[in-house]
Amino acid sequence: MAGVASSSRQRSKIAPYLMILPALVYLAVFFVVPFFSLARTSLSSSGGSVFMPTLTFSWDFGNYLDAFTRFPDQITRSFGYALTATVVCLLLAYPLAYVIAFKAGRYKNLILGLVILPFFVTFLIRTLAWKTILADDGFVVSALGSIGLLPSEGRLLSTSWAVIGGLIYNWIIFMILPLYVSLEKIDPRLLEASKDLYSSNTRSFRKVILPLSMPGVLAGSLLVFIPAAGDFINADYLGSTQTTMIGNVIQQQFLVVKDYPAAAALSLALMAVILAGVLMYTRALGTEDLV
Amino acid sequence: MTIQDHIAEANAHVAEIQPKKPLLGGLRLGDTALRIVAGLVLLYLFLPIFVIILFSFNDPAGKFNYTWQGFTLDNWADPFKYPALTNALKLSINVAAVSTAIAVVLGTLVAIALVRQRFRGSKAVDTFLILPLTAPEVVMGAAMLVLFLDLGWATGYATILIAHVAFEISFIAMTVRARMRGFDWTLEDASMDLGASPTRTFFKVTLPLIVPGIVAAAMLSFALSLDDFIITYFVSGSTVTYPLYVNAAVKAAVPPQINVLATAILVISLILLAVGTLYRRKRIDA
Repeated sequence: MAGVASSSRQRSKIAPYLMILPALVYLAVFFVVPFFSLARTSLSSSGGSVFMPTLTFSWDFGNYLDAFTRFPDQITRSFGYALTATVVCLLLAYPLAYVIAFKAGRYKNLILGLVILPFFVTFLIRTLAWKTILADDGFVVSALGSIGLLPSEGRLLSTSWAVIGGLIYNWIIFMILPLYVSLEKIDPRLLEASKDLYSSNTRSFRKVILPLSMPGVLAGSLLVFIPAAGDFINADYLGSTQTTMIGNVIQQQFLVVKDYPAAAALSLALMAVILAGVLMYTRALGTEDLV
Repeated sequence: MTIQDHIAEANAHVAEIQPKKPLLGGLRLGDTALRIVAGLVLLYLFLPIFVIILFSFNDPAGKFNYTWQGFTLDNWADPFKYPALTNALKLSINVAAVSTAIAVVLGTLVAIALVRQRFRGSKAVDTFLILPLTAPEVVMGAAMLVLFLDLGWATGYATILIAHVAFEISFIAMTVRARMRGFDWTLEDASMDLGASPTRTFFKVTLPLIVPGIVAAAMLSFALSLDDFIITYFVSGSTVTYPLYVNAAVKAAVPPQINVLATAILVISLILLAVGTLYRRKRIDA
């Protein structure tokens, strides 16, 4: 890089700033400012009538307390579901990414294409398809019922597991791809070396492959956990009133009930938790493996 | 025989004596199990897709296309039966195209600056760009809605466009940046050494190098925009995009045409993917 830096392109000192300026201004206005608006709303108190609600800024931190005491179940569920989904995604995606990276040979690109293909169907329609698959009179319920894994009258739809299953399905791609990228980068000679030093397969995996794939594991976990924790579609389509998550509350309060302060407080709390995780990640590993 | 020839010959011998069996070939049983698990996961990814395609041929009894009633080709014969659905799809394609066009310009400039230039604060720009990717969509949508309410802007086509550009910029900047890393930039110097002007160098050397990355990023951005539901849901007002139509249908009536169009989009994507791969292969061979 040093050689590149010393070449002709270094002439203009302001050129890079001119290049990044349009995007930064855009993101400042339509990404950063909205968060200030959100913060202000979260500290406002609502008044006025039901038909003409008014918001007055008042440093009302009570909204945060209010949000946590009114929706403790949804908060616990969001993080519980998202965490479970992330772990299951990791367990399902690792073998697939491993096979694509090391065993697929000339079919590597074909399998990668196949992995991405289902995601060309709109997210909502994919989730709807799961509604059909898990339906009470569907083949999965009857199959599980006949081998005794599900009690008669047992259902899959409208349970926590249906919601978690939907979360897993919709974001597993974001686990598979970073895992594949980090596994693919591993120099096969390192594996040869570990073989030559009489390491067993398990030991090679534990001491060579797993540590080297950690950037992928962490990036994938982050990319699954974040959207899963904020989602409300899976809980809406596949769950019941007993499986609502933070996203459902935020959506409901903003678009239906129009109680903005509590919803804004909840949004910012969710964002703060996730931001802390992301910053810890980028501090440790940089941004390069994240996309 | 030169020394290089000797080395080449020696290398050829080494290649011959290397074991032909795969690297981790010791545990055959474990290997097979691994392949089976991977196959099952792949099958799992396709299960809902099979259901969607199958139900595009369903002849639903009521308003909802959830249970199998009987085979029919009627849905495929009349894919644009519901004008509201067709219009929603058209609007989504419009939003995806326009927002991607804007975001490609803004995002690519940032990517070029980050890879090609060294400047103070580039690390901070890097971290800042990652934030829109990591903000949960529901929070981003809510924040934008609050801004538009504060500004007194009516939500609709324009606000959807603004929101889509906002989340696409980072995706494009990151994708283009990733594709640009590892290029041989000394080609630019070579071009200038041979007397080409900076402008000519940009159009003849730099641009051809980065165009494949930009195309890939634009396709990703287009797909993300077309698929976006959550953010759009917050900032759309009464405007109905394709995913919003589907969501409304879930509450009222799900016509099988939804499955027909989803299948059609899938097939078109598949063809584009195949053409792209073949085209790339041809270029590498040539």
